Amino acid sequence: MAINTRKIKDFSIRMLIYICAAFSVFLVIGIIIYVLTNGLSAVNWSFLTSVTSVLKGTVGIAGNIVNTILIIFISMVIATPIGVGSAIYLNEYAKPGKVVTLIEYATETLSGIPSIIFGLFGMMFFGEKLGLGYSLLTGSLTLIIMVLPLITRNTQEALKSVPNTYRNGAIGLGSGKWHMIRTILIPSAMPGIITGAILAIGRIVGESAALLFTAGSAKLLPKGIDGLFDKPFQSGGTLTIQMYLSATSEGDFETAFGIAVVLLIIVLGINLTTKALTKHFDVTRKE
Amino acid sequence: MKKKAFIEKTANIILLICAVVAIFAVCAITLYMFIKGTPALKEVGVSDLLFGTIWKPTASNPSFGIGYIILTSIVGTGAAILIGVPIGLLTAVFLSEMAGKRLGTVVGSAVELLAAIPSVIYGLIGMMVLNPIMFKIERMLFAEKSAHQYTGGANMLSAIIVLAIMILPTVISVSTSSLKAVSDNLRAASLALGATNEQTIFWTVIPAAKSGILTGVVLGIGRALGEAMAINMVAGGAVNIPLPFNSVRTLTTQIVSEMGYASGTHRQVLFTVGLVLYVFIMIVNCVLLKTRKRGFEHGD
Repeated sequence: MAINTRKIKDFSIRMLIYICAAFSVFLVIGIIIYVLTNGLSAVNWSFLTSVTSVLKGTVGIAGNIVNTILIIFISMVIATPIGVGSAIYLNEYAKPGKVVTLIEYATETLSGIPSIIFGLFGMMFFGEKLGLGYSLLTGSLTLIIMVLPLITRNTQEALKSVPNTYRNGAIGLGSGKWHMIRTILIPSAMPGIITGAILAIGRIVGESAALLFTAGSAKLLPKGIDGLFDKPFQSGGTLTIQMYLSATSEGDFETAFGIAVVLLIIVLGINLTTKALTKHFDVTRKE
Repeated sequence: MKKKAFIEKTANIILLICAVVAIFAVCAITLYMFIKGTPALKEVGVSDLLFGTIWKPTASNPSFGIGYIILTSIVGTGAAILIGVPIGLLTAVFLSEMAGKRLGTVVGSAVELLAAIPSVIYGLIGMMVLNPIMFKIERMLFAEKSAHQYTGGANMLSAIIVLAIMILPTVISVSTSSLKAVSDNLRAASLALGATNEQTIFWTVIPAAKSGILTGVVLGIGRALGEAMAINMVAGGAVNIPLPFNSVRTLTTQIVSEMGYASGTHRQVLFTVGLVLYVFIMIVNCVLLKTRKRGFEHGD
């Protein structure tokens, strides 16, 4: 009798676990299928290459794509060196002590702050205090702070996996510390650095709350090369912002689903790339 | 030789500056949140603002009570944790204790993708799928009660469900790694004493991974408190008591939906809303540091 109830109990728990595990899988598949069936019809060449205009009668997200790329570019160009530099300092230079603990606490804290707070801070500090207003630059500066922990942490992990013999070998051969870092450590840690950078790009692509009050929502294409250089100082909505506006205040669900398709494809691409990268460069697997 | 020493010194300094950026950023954010968030507390009065329940920012006799908003954030986060954590923990158990290599990869990849999907997409799907279902339920439940204000399904319950789904990946990935870190000796000992697989999992493995799982839960709380866009799209837009079928506002959605046009005291109060959220998040962060430290002491 006792054994029988035990068996039933174990069986039902096992089923419950299977159901929970299946839930995530079906949820992801469901989301992808739902977005594709509703949005694929909206995505075509002119959707991707034109700007929504009542006059011309076009519906498109080209301006938002350009804004997204510009924001990614500006943020990453600044955030990557700082994040990598910070990781190198923590891992190679700093002696364990108060400063390191403080920096690590700060990095940890930053990664726990929600994006809406970054958005508020960016609006108050970069937008109002520094007078950058609603602009791609304000948005980018805000996002730099946001993705910094991601890059630092991934680089740190990569640096930790570089064997100490590399360091000792280079120093033993008479190399200076910085020379050793530049020629031995950074190349060895490159896969980790790249993974961190790609994850950061993914975070930027999906970000919306931090950009709503910093980068604004303009969707026009920059005019010519000069326009491209002026663009960082002007307002510009990314894909996610446009999608949010389309789904809420504009009530244009076709565009919203179209953008959702584009976003999902980017996110899937980023996911697969980082997976392939970590698999390809996984040192422990090769040995 | 001198040049080399110079380069070394410069590199050291530049790298230190890079590392200090994080400290600087945290200090600047904290400072700004307090500087901008406190004036309204003085102007409106601490208790009127934090515990007041009437939100009429643009009325001729304005009232800025954010009590219900704070309550909604707390209740919503708590309910999302109550739903999300059991599902997440059982999924983690599956990933670490039961799944073979292939099934494990499938479920693991699905969880990673869930984490990568932008919150606006969750919001959009919530609006299009969840809200209509809620509206149907709402119409059935409140058919006789004429006093009920219909929300079209954009309500507290929708927000809780979306939040519960959005914290899943965090809870799952942190719990999975802490369950995996439990020594196989413990499992073997439990099995050798005659416990079944399931008994071993629930009486031996999960208790051993407790502090790691707790870290996952706390991270989930932080994520749920801070989520803005998805909730803003599914929760409706009125400041209300957080009852399941009420249209509600949380701390985050309050900022998202009104910051665009607010001015004067109204705007100041929104900064205070930001400050309240920031204080909540800092509390969560402190708890996080504590649970992590405890995990180290226990050796997992």
